[in-house]
Amino acid sequence: MEHNHASSFMDEVSSSAPGGEALRTCIQCGTCGGSCPSGPDMQHTPRQIFALIRAGERDVVLKSNTPWYCVSCYYCTVRCPKEIPVTEIMYTLKRMAVRDKAFDDSKAPDFSKVFIRWVEEFGRSFELGLMGVHMIRHNPFGAFKIMDMAVGMVTKGRMAFTPTRIKGLDGLKRILAKAKELEAQA
Amino acid sequence: MNYTYFPGCSLEKNAACYDASTRAVAAQLGMQLTEVEDWNCCGATEYVSLNLTAAYSLIARNLAQASKNTSTHELVAPCSACYLNLRKCDKVLGQDPKFAGRVVQALAAGGLSYKPGTLHIRHLLDVLYQDVGLEALAAKVTKPLRGLRVAPYYGCMIVRPEFHDGGEDPEAPTSLDEILKALGADVVDYPLKAACCGGHMTQISEATGFDMIHRLVKSAADLNADLIATLCPMCQLNLDGFQGAMNRHFGSHFHMPVLYFTQLIGLAMGMSMREMGIGEEIVDARAALSRIGSEMAAEAAEPKRPRKDDKALPMPAPLKRA
Amino acid sequence: MTEEIRIGVYICHCGSNIAGTVDVEEVARWAGHLTNVISSRDYKFMCSSLGQEMIEKDIKEKGVNRVVVASCTPHLHELTYRNALARAGLNPYFFEMANIREQVSWVTTDRVEATKKAEALVAAAVSRVAWHEALEPLFVPIDPNVLIVGGGVAGIQAALEIADAGNHVYMVEREPSIGGHMAQLDKTFPTLDCSACILTPKMFNVGNHKNVTLMTWSEVEKVDGYIGNFTVTIRKRARYVDTGLCTGCGVCEEKCPKKVVDDVFEAGVGHRKVVYRPFPQAVPNYPVIDRPNCTFFQKGTCKACEKFCPTGAIKFDQQDEVLTVKVGNIILATGWDLFDARRIPQYGYGRIRNVFSSMEFERLSNAAGPTGGKIVMRDGVSVPKSVGIIHCVGSRDKHYNNYCSAICCMQSLKFAHLVHEKTGAQVHNFYIDIRTPAKAYDEFYQRVLDEGTIFIRGKVAEISDSPRTAEEEGKIIVQVDDSLAGRQRRIPLDMVVLSAGLEPRHDAKEVAIKFGISCSADRWFMEKHPKLDPVATMTDGVFVAGVCVGPKDIPASVAQGSAAAARVLSIIGQKEIQIDAATAIVNEESCVGCKECIPSCPYQAIEFLEDKRKAYVREALCKGCGTCVGTCLSKSISLRHFTDDQLVAEMIGAMTAMKMFEQAQTEVA
Ligand SMILES: Cc1cc2nc3c(=O)[nH]c(=O)nc-3n(C[C@H](O)[C@H](O)[C@H](O)COP(=O)(O)OP(=O)(O)OC[C@H]3O[C@@H](n4cnc5c(N)ncnc54)[C@H](O)[C@@H]3O)c2cc1C
Ligand code: SF4
Ligand code: SF4
Repeated sequence: MEHNHASSFMDEVSSSAPGGEALRTCIQCGTCGGSCPSGPDMQHTPRQIFALIRAGERDVVLKSNTPWYCVSCYYCTVRCPKEIPVTEIMYTLKRMAVRDKAFDDSKAPDFSKVFIRWVEEFGRSFELGLMGVHMIRHNPFGAFKIMDMAVGMVTKGRMAFTPTRIKGLDGLKRILAKAKELEAQA
Repeated sequence: MNYTYFPGCSLEKNAACYDASTRAVAAQLGMQLTEVEDWNCCGATEYVSLNLTAAYSLIARNLAQASKNTSTHELVAPCSACYLNLRKCDKVLGQDPKFAGRVVQALAAGGLSYKPGTLHIRHLLDVLYQDVGLEALAAKVTKPLRGLRVAPYYGCMIVRPEFHDGGEDPEAPTSLDEILKALGADVVDYPLKAACCGGHMTQISEATGFDMIHRLVKSAADLNADLIATLCPMCQLNLDGFQGAMNRHFGSHFHMPVLYFTQLIGLAMGMSMREMGIGEEIVDARAALSRIGSEMAAEAAEPKRPRKDDKALPMPAPLKRA
Repeated sequence: MTEEIRIGVYICHCGSNIAGTVDVEEVARWAGHLTNVISSRDYKFMCSSLGQEMIEKDIKEKGVNRVVVASCTPHLHELTYRNALARAGLNPYFFEMANIREQVSWVTTDRVEATKKAEALVAAAVSRVAWHEALEPLFVPIDPNVLIVGGGVAGIQAALEIADAGNHVYMVEREPSIGGHMAQLDKTFPTLDCSACILTPKMFNVGNHKNVTLMTWSEVEKVDGYIGNFTVTIRKRARYVDTGLCTGCGVCEEKCPKKVVDDVFEAGVGHRKVVYRPFPQAVPNYPVIDRPNCTFFQKGTCKACEKFCPTGAIKFDQQDEVLTVKVGNIILATGWDLFDARRIPQYGYGRIRNVFSSMEFERLSNAAGPTGGKIVMRDGVSVPKSVGIIHCVGSRDKHYNNYCSAICCMQSLKFAHLVHEKTGAQVHNFYIDIRTPAKAYDEFYQRVLDEGTIFIRGKVAEISDSPRTAEEEGKIIVQVDDSLAGRQRRIPLDMVVLSAGLEPRHDAKEVAIKFGISCSADRWFMEKHPKLDPVATMTDGVFVAGVCVGPKDIPASVAQGSAAAARVLSIIGQKEIQIDAATAIVNEESCVGCKECIPSCPYQAIEFLEDKRKAYVREALCKGCGTCVGTCLSKSISLRHFTDDQLVAEMIGAMTAMKMFEQAQTEVA
C-alpha cells in the first residue's frame, strides 16, 4: 500500500535512532516532559519536540536547546507508555544538529567536541581538565565560583592535567577514522 | 569468582579512591579482578551526541580488548556510565546487524574483532549483590556501621534503561539498600535514590546543574542522613565536588558527605580510612563517620498499638516483589 | 449413485471484493464445462435474496440437485445457502462452498493467477459435491435451568430477567454477599444517584425470588456437558453458620473481639470483624466466619459468637458442601479487579500516606464507609484543602494495560464533584484525554468545569514527597508536563487520588478454561463477535456479560446482563436446538473395542457400549473435529460430510484443474 505520510522529517528522525520507529505512536501524553529533570529549563519539553517533528518543523527542532539539556537519565525512556526510546532520539537530534550546524549556542556541542578531542588524541579522557578548558572558554567568570573546588581537587590529588595515553593509540585512530568514514556513507 | 575489570577514566585519578576501595574489598571477598588490557575511554555521553558509528566503535574496542581474557566472560565496571555504554553497545550490536557490520569493519581497521554476546557485562553493585551475596558480605563485617544514617543513591544509568539483568525496578531499586543494611548502617528511605545527578549539566547550564544537585542533597538532609552512598564517579563528582558551588548559588549551607559504597564496605570490614581513601572527598566525611558505633538518639518510638481514639485509616502494605 | 447428478455452480462477485481481482465471468463460463454441471452462473451478490432465488429456481425448474457456491467463507454464509436448498426441497447437505474471497481475491493481486486459483477451487467443490450424502440435522432438548456465575450488577440483572420469565436460576457468588463492586460505590455518575439505593432492591429481589437458588461463598469446580445439558459441580464453602437457624440479627458481629483490615469490601481503608457480613444490606444476610483469622480456629479458644448467638446458629464443625446441578445455559458475569497502583512506584501509593486509590476514595466518600462519608486524609481527621485526581493510572500504558479502562474519566469527574461538594477543596484533574462519550456524560464534564475544577492535560510523571521549595514543604507534589501550557510544573497538594484502571480478574484464565471459553490477549473473556454477538462465546450455551468481557460502566453492564438473558431465553424458548449433522460414526462391524478413541476425543463424546464391546459416538456431544478418525487403528470411525471419498474427490477435482492449466500452458508455448 502506498502511504502519503506528511512529514519526511519524522521519517528521517525515526529511522536514525535505534528503535525510533515507535516515535510515530506518541500520544503526546507528556510523561517524558514531566519526568525530565532538566525539563523546566528546556526551550521545548521532549513532548513538544515530538509534536514539532510531526509538524515538519525541522529548523525549530534542530535549533532548540532541548536535546543539549538532556542529561541521559533515561526517565522518559522507561516511563513512556508507548515505549518510545526518547533518550536515543535526543542523541539523534544532537547528531543531526551538529551535522547541520543548526544549534547556535556552541556551548553544549563544544563540550562534547572538546571531550572527544582528548579521547581521540590520548584514548582516555579526564573530565576535570576538560571542565577547566570549557569554563575558561565559555564562562570565565563562572570559573571563580568553583575555584575552591578546583583547588580542593588539586590538593587532594584528584585532578589530572593530561589524560593517560593508551598503548594502542594508532590502532584506535584507525578504528575511529574508519568509523567516521562509514558513518558519513550511511 | 573471576572477573575482567574495566575501571574507566574517572577511576584513574578523580575517583582513585573508588578504584582502590573496589580492589581492596574485592580481594577480601575472594574476587579476582583482571584489568582489561590497554582499555580506552567509553566516550561517556558525549561521543554518541556527535557520531554514532564512531561512538560504538570506541566502546567496541574495549569489548574486543576485554574478550582477550578468555578465562572469564564476566566483565565488571564500577562506573555507571561505562557500564551502561559497554552493555548498550553489546546489545545494540547483537540486535542491529546492519549497524553492527559497520562497527565490525571499523574494528577490523585496528586489527580487532568482537562477537556480540561474548561478554556478560555487569555493574560492580550487581556483582556484589548477586555473586557475593548479602550473607557472605555480612559475614565479613567486623565494624558494623551502626548509628550511621546513610542515603543510598543509585543514580540513573545503573537502573535505567532495562539493560540491567538483576531484576531491579528502574524507579525503586533495593540492592544497595540491602547491602548497606547488611553492613549494619541505618538506611534512609531515600525518595530520590534513582534521580539524576545532572551529569555534565554544570558545564552546559550551571543553574540547571546546581538545581539537580540541590534536590538530591536537600532531600538527604531533610531525612537527617549523615552521608550519601554512591556508586558512580559522575554522581560523586557532582554531589561532592560541586556542593560548595551549589551552596553558594542557593545561599544554602549543606554539608553532606558523599562516599562510594565500596568505601563503606571496606570500613565495615575493618579496613582503615586511609586504605579506603577517606579524605579525598571535598565535603569532609570524617565527622559523619565518627558517628559509627554511637548510640542513636532514641527516636520517638512509634506507639505499637494505636490509641483508642486514633482515627487513622489503614495504609496499603508495600508491594512484595517476586 | 443411482440418480443422475445435476450440479449448479454460482460464482459471486461480492461487489468488487471478488470481481475486482478474479475474472468471475470467465470462472462461470469455464465451470460450465465441468462434469455433471448443468448450470453455471455469476451474480453480483449471491447471498442477496435475488441470488438465493436464482439457486432455488434452478433447483425447481432445471432439476439441479447439487449446488456449489463460490463466494466468501462458509463461516459467513454456509447456513444461508443450506437454507435456500431446504426451501427448494433439497437436502441442505447437497451443498459445497468454495471460498474465493478470503482464500483468493483478498490474498492474490495477479488477476490471471487469481482466476486460475478460483477455477481450481470451484473444480474441487464440483468434484466433491457429487459424493455428498443426504444428512438429517440433529436436535437436542434444552434444560431450562440457567447457571449465573458472579452476582455483580450484570449477573443480578441477568438473573432477574430469566427468573421473572419463569425459569430457574442458580446463582454462584464467591463473596459472602452478592452486589459486586457496585455495592461499594458511593454515588454513581452521571446522575449521582446513590449506588446502594438503586442496587439493594435488585439484590433483595434476587435473594427472595422463588425462581432463584442463591449460593454465595461458593465457587464452580467443574463443568461437564454441552449446550442444553450442562452438569455443574459447585463447592459451597463452610460459613460456620447454620443458615437455617441464623436470623441475621448481627449479635455475633457485635460480640466478636477481633477486628481485621477489610481488603475486599472496604478496599483496605476500613476494618471488619472476623465473623462478618461485608455490609449491613448484604444478601443473603447471614454472616461467614473468616477461618484463617478466627481466634478459635487459630488457638482453640474464644467462641464469643457461639456464646452470644440467640439461635445457636454458629457451627464450628461445618464442612464444605459439594453439589451438582443440571442447567442448559451458563452466563459468566465475574467482573473485574482494580489495577494495583503499587506497581507504579513513582506514584508513591503504599509509600506516601495521602495517596489514595479510587476504591479507597469511594469508601471514604460513602456514608456507610469507615469515615461515615467524610473525605479526610490518612490521619482520619484532617480535611484536605487541595486534591489531585490522576486519570489513566495503569491504563493506556504498554508497561501495564494497553487498553483504555473506559470508566475512569467519568469516575474522576465524579470524584472532582464530590470533593468540591463535600470539602470545598481546590481540585486538580490530571488527564491525557477526556473521554465522555455517553448520554449526559459530557454535560457532567461541563458541570465539573463550572464548579471550578482545574484541568491539566498531561500524564502525571511522578508524585513526590521530596520538597524543593518552601511552598512544597509538607505537601505531596505532582510533577507533570502541563502540555497545553507547554511547561513542566510541580503542583503541591494535600491529597492525591489515583484513578486506577479495571483489570481482568486475577483468575480469569483459569475460569475461562473451566468453562471452555477463551480470553483475548489482555485476558478479558472473548466474545463470539465484538459487534454482532457481543454476549455469546465460541462455546454454545456459555454467555458473558458485564466487565468480565471488557471495561464498561454500570449502564452498559446492565444492558449486557439483559442481553445475555435474552439470548438464553431465546434458546430456552426453542425447547430443542439443532446441531450440525457432520458428526463421527463408528462402524460396529469393524470396531475391535480397543478404546483408543475414547481418550482422544477432546469433547468426551465417545462412550463404550459394554454389552456390545464397541465404541459409540454421542452425536449431541461430537463437534466433528475428526480427531478420533485419525486415532482409530482399524479405520472404523468416519466423519459424516468429511468421508474419505468426499475428500479424495475434492483433491482430484483440484488436481485435474491444475493439470488442465499446465496443458494449456504447454500448448501456448
Ligand atoms: C472507583 C470506581 C468507581 C466507579 N463508579 C461508577 C459510576 O459511578 N457509575 C458507573 O456506571 N460505573 C462506575 N464504575 C464501574 C462499575 O463499577 C462497573 O461497571 C460494574 O462494577 C460492573 O459490574 P459487573 O457485574 O460486571 O462486575 P463486578 O461488580 O466486579 O461483579 C462481579 C461479581 O462476580 C463475583 N465473582 C468474580 N469471580 C467469581 C467466580 N470465579 N466465581 C463466583 N463469583 C465470582 C465477584 O465477587 C463479584 O460479586 C466505577 C468503577 C470504579 C473502579
Ligand atoms: S512519554 Fe512517550 S507517548 Fe508520552 S509524549 Fe513522551 S514520547 Fe510521547
Ligand atoms: S479406536 Fe476404533 S477400534 Fe478402537 S474402540 Fe475406538 S472405534 Fe473401536
